[in-house]
Amino acid sequence: MIRRKHELVIIGAGPAGLAAALEAEKAGIDDILLIERDEYLGGILQQCIHNGFGLDYFGEELTGPEYAERFIEDVIASKTKIKLKTMVIDISQDKKITALNEEDGMMFIEAKSIILAMGCRERTREAIQIPGTRPAGILTAGTAQRFINIEGYLPGEKVVILGSGDIGLIMARRMALEGAKVKGVLEIMPYSSGLVRNKVQCLDDFGIPLKLNHTINRIYGKQRLEAVDIVEVDENLQPKLETKKRVECDTLLLSVGLIPENELSKSMGLKLAENSQGPYVNELRETDIPGVYACGNVLQVHDLVDYVSEEAEVAARAAADFINDNLERRNEEVEVIPGEGINYVIPHKISYKDDSRKLVRHFFRVSEPQENVKINIYDDSQQKLAGFSREIVTPGEIETIKLPEKLIPDNTKEITFVLEDEGEGINE
Amino acid sequence: MSNNEIKENTIICVNCPRGCRVRVKSQDGEITDITGHQCDMGIDYAKEEFKNPTRILPTTVRVKNGRLDLVPVKTAKPIPKNKIGAAMQELAGILVEAPVSRGDVITENIADTGIEVVATRSIAKNSKNNDLN
Amino acid sequence: MSAKFDIVIIGGGVIGTAIARRLSRYELDICLLEKDADVASGTSKANSGIIHAGYNAAVDTLKGRLNIKSNPLFDKIAEDLKVPFKRIGSLVVGFTEEDKEWLKKEKEMGESKGIKDLQLLDQKELLHQEPEIHSEASAALYAPTAGIISPYKLTIAQAENAVKNGVEIKLLSEVVDIRTKNGYIAGVILNSGEEIKTKVIINAAGLYADEIAAMVGERYKITPRKGEYNLFDKEYGDLVNHVIFPMPSKESKGILITPTVDGNLLLGPNSNPVEEKDDLAVTKEGLEEIWQGGTSLYPNLPRDGVIASFAGLRATLPSDDFKIEALNEPVGFIDVAGIQSPGLSSAPAIANMVAEILDDIRTSLQEELKLIEANFLPELEKQPSFQDYKQNLHEWQQIFLQNKKYGEVICRCEHVTRGEIEAELDKEFISPTLNGIKRRTRAGGGRCQGGFCGPRIAEIIAEKIGISPLEVTKSGPGSEILWTRVKDVKPDRDIVYGMGDKS
Repeated sequence: MIRRKHELVIIGAGPAGLAAALEAEKAGIDDILLIERDEYLGGILQQCIHNGFGLDYFGEELTGPEYAERFIEDVIASKTKIKLKTMVIDISQDKKITALNEEDGMMFIEAKSIILAMGCRERTREAIQIPGTRPAGILTAGTAQRFINIEGYLPGEKVVILGSGDIGLIMARRMALEGAKVKGVLEIMPYSSGLVRNKVQCLDDFGIPLKLNHTINRIYGKQRLEAVDIVEVDENLQPKLETKKRVECDTLLLSVGLIPENELSKSMGLKLAENSQGPYVNELRETDIPGVYACGNVLQVHDLVDYVSEEAEVAARAAADFINDNLERRNEEVEVIPGEGINYVIPHKISYKDDSRKLVRHFFRVSEPQENVKINIYDDSQQKLAGFSREIVTPGEIETIKLPEKLIPDNTKEITFVLEDEGEGINE
Repeated sequence: MSNNEIKENTIICVNCPRGCRVRVKSQDGEITDITGHQCDMGIDYAKEEFKNPTRILPTTVRVKNGRLDLVPVKTAKPIPKNKIGAAMQELAGILVEAPVSRGDVITENIADTGIEVVATRSIAKNSKNNDLN
Repeated sequence: MSAKFDIVIIGGGVIGTAIARRLSRYELDICLLEKDADVASGTSKANSGIIHAGYNAAVDTLKGRLNIKSNPLFDKIAEDLKVPFKRIGSLVVGFTEEDKEWLKKEKEMGESKGIKDLQLLDQKELLHQEPEIHSEASAALYAPTAGIISPYKLTIAQAENAVKNGVEIKLLSEVVDIRTKNGYIAGVILNSGEEIKTKVIINAAGLYADEIAAMVGERYKITPRKGEYNLFDKEYGDLVNHVIFPMPSKESKGILITPTVDGNLLLGPNSNPVEEKDDLAVTKEGLEEIWQGGTSLYPNLPRDGVIASFAGLRATLPSDDFKIEALNEPVGFIDVAGIQSPGLSSAPAIANMVAEILDDIRTSLQEELKLIEANFLPELEKQPSFQDYKQNLHEWQQIFLQNKKYGEVICRCEHVTRGEIEAELDKEFISPTLNGIKRRTRAGGGRCQGGFCGPRIAEIIAEKIGISPLEVTKSGPGSEILWTRVKDVKPDRDIVYGMGDKS
């Protein structure tokens, strides 16, 4: 049994946790514990063997493991203590962490500051409630990815994929490359939620059809999956039963969304934001418990790992400042509100004053694809503070805006992000 | 079959979420016209994709005596699209011995392209020691 | 060469295993045959898990009488078998004056049957007990003796205990024919072709009891009635504090909401007759129906909180009652059929009744059967489960120090360790499948439904049993979870098109 105190404890050693560990050490914290539940560092990146990572952060295109290893090598060389195969069971409001592993047994750890970097998990069949039997052969795209890329097993031969998110598209290519027959990818929405590049290189290259406005209506098979009924949906996403068609398959991969893994956040009573599905945070990624930060996919589901690393670094510098008591709060916190056309904005609020940072980067997702739009930002008296043009926006891709610190007024209680047509809006 | 036939191919530009469907007209393999793009990136992309479509191929290779049974690999440079099937077949027959280091060359000339395949992760030897990667 | 037993029990549900355990007190050679890869694979795996107080089945029915007899027996059974059981009490909830009258009558009827401590609650008392209940709910009948149990854990534990006391359980063994000789039971033929000789057959085949009975020329029809369920994340387990029934309908006790012993919340079942005995498909309409039922009692049920939907089938006879009796001919055949609700609640009394029937007929068998009390060991050892130590983690350290595998968390959602999984695979009676492990340890049964731990559990099973991961199944042969090793199949050379224009 272990009882310890650490200045900073980071939960999760995926891209967020790794970047946070390095940045915190750079910021002068030398008593860091990094806890990872898997048997290796790098998290889900290690099973994302495809390329396309790192263009933003490293300026070159890397595979998932390559991106991860650049951080891993530095973390191993650093003073950060690492606990692998260690499951955090509980975190209390006063930052006491309970964990379990096969080396030490129960671990009771007190932290001055905690960075939550637990990532996310996949939505399952249950989350979307597909009717039918419950045979073997139905798995999430990420589970299939682990089987194929890490464990070395193909889960099936004839595959249907539900959901056109990037993982679904990537797995379509991956299974086709390994000799499975991918019969098609179904997307209930009228547009793909994956990157155009993935649609072209993972589906079109292999002649795999993408069926928009389609979903699965029923699952057949007693022991192993035998077939699914696919059906077109109307504009209200309701199935048009006359379009029903049975497709034989032994495998159904689900790529129907990711959910930030916030069970520990809940256990410590953190305030959560419904729209982003993670903790409610300020611009330093600080939760409503001072000294507790969240970054990466546990905070918001990112589509670029580069932003995860960047976000983790923001949180890590803040944790270092918190430990060293270097922060100056604003007189009045500014709430950041997602207005018309915007699903959510991170940060949810701005709490600190820091003239040295000049810019505060905001991440947001729009609710529908649109072209030639403006993101206008208003204060609480409807005065426009700034406007940013975009040629095209889609819910599938996170948008970012760097808002100059000096544009955030001292006296406003909130600022609102609104998606408007180019030229619309007051005080142009 | 006439050699003077004008062909039209549609190429989806992958440079931004708009995904323009760029139409490339050609005669005898030479581009005669490009339409449907909304910016110059579309032209460049369509030209390249028409003349010499290539892809980086990320996949895995079997490992002997490693902490994991597979090591992820990729082609060091993009290879022609029509070589991908042959490359996968060739890689299925390769078994490398652990330890493997990131960047190790797995094979030097995949599917006669003259391009190397390299490891993208380090795989330690299977031992009782808990290596960190 | 064929095996020979005194008694063959057909069916490894809660009833078959209860009978096996009950009869294992005697010096008898008993064999239990189960066609699936585990016990509790039919009706016993998918039901509400309620031990009813007993007031809601008519006293003039067999099922009503057996339920009342059984209810008090569960404390000792649960204690002996280390099966979690909680007497959380039940509430039948009414909204109208008419409902109130009915509840009053129901209370009087229950009391006349000897059911203790029934209480009528007014709106204020009801709200105090169930703060989240529909604001218009105005009265309730409270039965404190009702309880919840895990039906499959009970079934598995009964099987384990029966095995401990000498019963042989054969899984994946389907009875395809029955042999008789001169009007006496002689044996059964399995799907493998194997013959098992026996003097007594106890037909506890659940949905298939009619098919077994037909093998000895007896005619009755079991109609499957489907019940669909939603299981909610543990996060919502304390939304509801009792077993909550609506006002009952003719067909069933209605769509109920209850906490489970594992701390989840369970909603269901509806009740619809179906054609096929293996039609376990959940339907859109059915899920909608139970949702309507649930939200009419608890308007705030969280739709996003559903982590699993499933269906179970009740085995119903036209009489709508249990049929527990020995046939006149062939001698030695005992029917235990039509065991629908409250079958789980009645299981121990049913087993006792079968023992009495056996005592009645034993002398009339071709060769008399003697019921000699053996040295019966009623208890199972408690297996350490991390879930049980959440409030007392220091004590878990003691278990960890005995075996470090109790420190490696395999299932991240339910916090199940490698030690717990391997302990199940080390037992005498096991079902080395993903579902077998899930039912015994909860690994893979949480919110990610095995997404993270499925591959690891498959690996542990393969390692422990000495098979390839390719042979690991979800629920027996045919449900293999993997197809092949990567690189053993190769794609076509022309898998990629020359030009991206084929879509």
